[in-house]
Amino acid sequence: MNEYETVIGLEVHVELATKTKIFCGCPTAFGARPNVHTCPVCTGMPGALPVLNKKAVEYAAAVGIAAGCEITEYSKFDRKNYFYPDNPQNYQISQLYMPLCRNGSIKIETEEGEKTVGIHEIHMEEDAGKLIHDLYDDVSLVDYNRSGVPLIEIVSEPDMRSAKEVTAYLDKLRTIIQYLGASDCKLQEGSMRADVNLSVRRKGTAQLGTRTEMKNLNSFKAITRAIENEAKRQIGLLESGGTVVQETRRWDDAKGCSYVMRSKEDAQDYRYFPEPDLVPVVMSREWLEQIRERQPELRDEKRKRYKEQYGLPDYDADIITGSKKLADLFEAAADLCKKPKKVSNWLMGETMRLLKESGKEPEEIIFTPENLAKIVDLADSGEVTNTVAKEVFAEVFDHNADPVRYVQDKGLKSVNDEDRLRSVIAQVIAGHPKSVEDFHNGRHKAVGFLVGQTMKAMEGKANPVMVNQILKEMLSHSCSAHK
Amino acid sequence: MSLTSLTAAALGKKIRAGEISVKEAVEDALIEIRKKESDLNSFVTVDEEGAYRQAQEIQKKIEAGELNSVLAGVPAAVKDNLCTKGLLTTCGSKMLSDFVPVYTAHAVCRLQEAGAVILGKTNMDEFAMGSTTETSYYGPVKNPWNLSHVPGGSSGGSCAAVAAEECAYALGSDTGGSIRQPSAFCGVTGIKPTYGTVSRYGLIAYASSFDQIGPIAKTVEDCAAVLEVLASYDAKDSTSLRRGDTDFTNALIDDVAGMKIGIPREYLEKGLDAEVRQAVLKAADVLKDKGAIVEEFDLSLAEYAVPAYYVVACAEAGSNLERFDGVKYGWRAGQYKGLHQMYKKTRSQGFGQEVKRRIMLGSFVLSSGYYEAYYLKALRTKALIKNAFDQAFARFDIILGPTAPTTAPRIGESLTDPIKMYLGDIYTAAVNLAGLPGISIPVGTDSKGLPIGMQLIGGCFGEKKIIRAAYAFEKTRTYERCPYAGRHKAAACTKKDLSSENVRGQENE
Amino acid sequence: MTDKISNKISDETLEYVGILAKLELTCDEKAAAKKDMENMLAYIDKLNELDTSGVEPMSHVFQTVNVFREDIVTNGDGHIDTLANAPACTEQSFAVPKTVVQEETAV
Repeated sequence: MNEYETVIGLEVHVELATKTKIFCGCPTAFGARPNVHTCPVCTGMPGALPVLNKKAVEYAAAVGIAAGCEITEYSKFDRKNYFYPDNPQNYQISQLYMPLCRNGSIKIETEEGEKTVGIHEIHMEEDAGKLIHDLYDDVSLVDYNRSGVPLIEIVSEPDMRSAKEVTAYLDKLRTIIQYLGASDCKLQEGSMRADVNLSVRRKGTAQLGTRTEMKNLNSFKAITRAIENEAKRQIGLLESGGTVVQETRRWDDAKGCSYVMRSKEDAQDYRYFPEPDLVPVVMSREWLEQIRERQPELRDEKRKRYKEQYGLPDYDADIITGSKKLADLFEAAADLCKKPKKVSNWLMGETMRLLKESGKEPEEIIFTPENLAKIVDLADSGEVTNTVAKEVFAEVFDHNADPVRYVQDKGLKSVNDEDRLRSVIAQVIAGHPKSVEDFHNGRHKAVGFLVGQTMKAMEGKANPVMVNQILKEMLSHSCSAHK
Repeated sequence: MSLTSLTAAALGKKIRAGEISVKEAVEDALIEIRKKESDLNSFVTVDEEGAYRQAQEIQKKIEAGELNSVLAGVPAAVKDNLCTKGLLTTCGSKMLSDFVPVYTAHAVCRLQEAGAVILGKTNMDEFAMGSTTETSYYGPVKNPWNLSHVPGGSSGGSCAAVAAEECAYALGSDTGGSIRQPSAFCGVTGIKPTYGTVSRYGLIAYASSFDQIGPIAKTVEDCAAVLEVLASYDAKDSTSLRRGDTDFTNALIDDVAGMKIGIPREYLEKGLDAEVRQAVLKAADVLKDKGAIVEEFDLSLAEYAVPAYYVVACAEAGSNLERFDGVKYGWRAGQYKGLHQMYKKTRSQGFGQEVKRRIMLGSFVLSSGYYEAYYLKALRTKALIKNAFDQAFARFDIILGPTAPTTAPRIGESLTDPIKMYLGDIYTAAVNLAGLPGISIPVGTDSKGLPIGMQLIGGCFGEKKIIRAAYAFEKTRTYERCPYAGRHKAAACTKKDLSSENVRGQENE
Repeated sequence: MTDKISNKISDETLEYVGILAKLELTCDEKAAAKKDMENMLAYIDKLNELDTSGVEPMSHVFQTVNVFREDIVTNGDGHIDTLANAPACTEQSFAVPKTVVQEETAV
């Protein structure tokens, strides 16, 4: 197995975050009932014609610029002809002959160090509708809500050599695109889809082996498993004297293996020809400049700025800028409460913990910077104990609860009333003579026990600092009383 | 005398002046239709109820001073490949035999805004593929000049309806000559405008880079008036042009002094019927007598236009017709096992032979290994042909020639030899390739009594010049009325019932 | 330039084109379709007489470029219109027969 090298290229489809579809004014919003977001254009009605969404072009160019591509000055659209029900016209408008972006590259970092992955091209195309197969036995249902959503397809060079490199590449791509606001890139929701092209060859050979294409990879885990599985399968084939067939395979993550979807009915000859209903797109220098200028701050710049402007340490800045959502939350909250390091701690600590527990991505955070700033202030003020603060934060995380109101409603404020505390502590001291004796005999750790008992009696709502203070004071009095 | 014998302009004038009501105009048209349809079969759908409803609304608007277009209240027909909301639109095909569009084509909306009354949808070659209107699923259309002859195609129904005075004017579509050639065969006038002048939104596409919608009427004046209403920029069509010179009725000037007219020698060569040749050259002389400078010249590449046209048209058509698959609208086969069989049976049974022929050729010329040799070759030829025309228009104001090499053939004679039929497009297809405007006007009849048409081709955006020359020629003669038009009784013995659900299930072959 | 060989349409080619275009021909139709295609290709071969070297293929007759629409929602709930002509529909969706496909289990 070690004699072989895995060669991987990726075709990544990304749904652009435009408000409307690529060729018509239907909304791209997710979640509507079937066929609500449709019109004659995106359902391929006779006589309907496409008109290109300018914003889609700008997003596509922005991604191309960020990926270091040459933006083609004169690009046009072509028809890709194939029959399938999710494709209302039975042709997809795409770009083959003159794509919008070419020859870029992305730097990735893995344990082995830094590496450059080439981008062969990025082109625009329209998304297909959705087919639902599992409701009926003999019939599939077609929903065209997604038909016509603008996509960019990012085709990499076959520069990756392992699943780790692939996930690093996808992660980097995702960060860049999210930062640009061009897409939310959610693998699970399908706004980012990766097809893996994989071949193997003996180490040291220059020639590429026959590659297969793998589809239906819906998570980084699935991608990793699929890559490892396919490499093993191909090597196994070659070792036993067989040959790898160029084919498209469908990954089944539940079963942990892939299937060939073979059909005599599909000639795979797409008969591309220039789309006569659309005119070419000319990217003038001026327009490109405008797009470049509008480019929001990308991750590396942000990381630098967070260190300089907010004084965040390297480690923090790195994690926070890892996701645009986190970065945006951080900045807004920090600007509100003026405690950047504390905000960062809450994000890197409790937030990350809760995300991991619930299996969510940072993009799925629902709480607002206002509430984050409030919890920072609340915990900082000592009005609640740390434990209570964490409990309140869980509510903020789950329901975007307003921490101040929550504490009020649930009566979670630490009790700062000194007289009340004194009386409770007096009772605790009276109730635990052994611990008091231990304390007096030099076992200072016994304080901890007594603090604990006090907190218990106060249902956790005592101000710990005050409890400690008063307890020590009363204990020393009792000590002197003792003596 | 029926009101339908008037030109649209004259009729419109009377209506606006209050001399006749819209309802009367509509009534007369419907009477003619009822009389003549069993002979002609020019309509697929006649919308009597809708026509009367429109008449009522439009009459009100005219009286309230809200409508002052020349076309207000004038009854018209629309070719059945133009989508009309709520009204059956079949494209002459079984595939769309139950298709009721949910929107109306932009061009038709323009007519409606001007107050036109849409009487119904005219018969056509299936999906506009044909030159004789014999490929329609709803039966062939007959030429009112001689019912044993074809009216031409693919807008045969529209042209026959106008010639037979079933309506004042009609809309057609032209991809390789489909307005001009049947206009010539039926002795009426038809214009194909410069590509991009009339929005294609709502026109069921045949070949997207050639298709244009245009008017068919008895006179140049009528055509100019209708075209003026149709021509407008439409944001829903990316190939739609913003033109500032669409006031075509201002070109109705009887003056061609000094106009430079070129006649391509290639157009007068073998293959051209002697009587057609004679009539067209005589017409050219008429213009010469009126002061135009007429000259023969070499328009090279004329013989390559038809093959180049067919390669590109079939390629685009094959793709445009892929959407007809029984999934979203239209006819679906009754028996099938699985998706792909459903596709195949629906399309094989839903499409007629000529359509299937062109789809197959189109798929072939785009397929792997042949794209370069056929499709790209045709596009390069197209570039050369456009260039040849551009050079010609540097010398001439308009180009003159026959619209078709013959007069209307007999029914049943054309479909057996498709190549011969395609060659009939020799004068018209080049004009579509280059995106130029063209008009066909009647110049006489042959010894069989069949109309002969002359085509004037303009340079890019040159409608006004061809309209002017056509108008000047027209002024030298009276409109030759088709004898059948004045008939009081149907020629055939059986009368067919004309309800709005007028879908005839006649198999074509 | 294009060999005349390509003008002879084989059964395989006809079947291939049929798969691309989703058309199935009866035995009778096949013979006629073959002849038709051959005739048409022979006719189209005329284009090879023309020297088009150095000529750019012309897709659009006009040099219009950059026709766009703004990213503004203009359409509302279209499901009624969309499904109005559906040959078969249920659950507000189009119903199509399932693909009958051969599956092969891999490793």
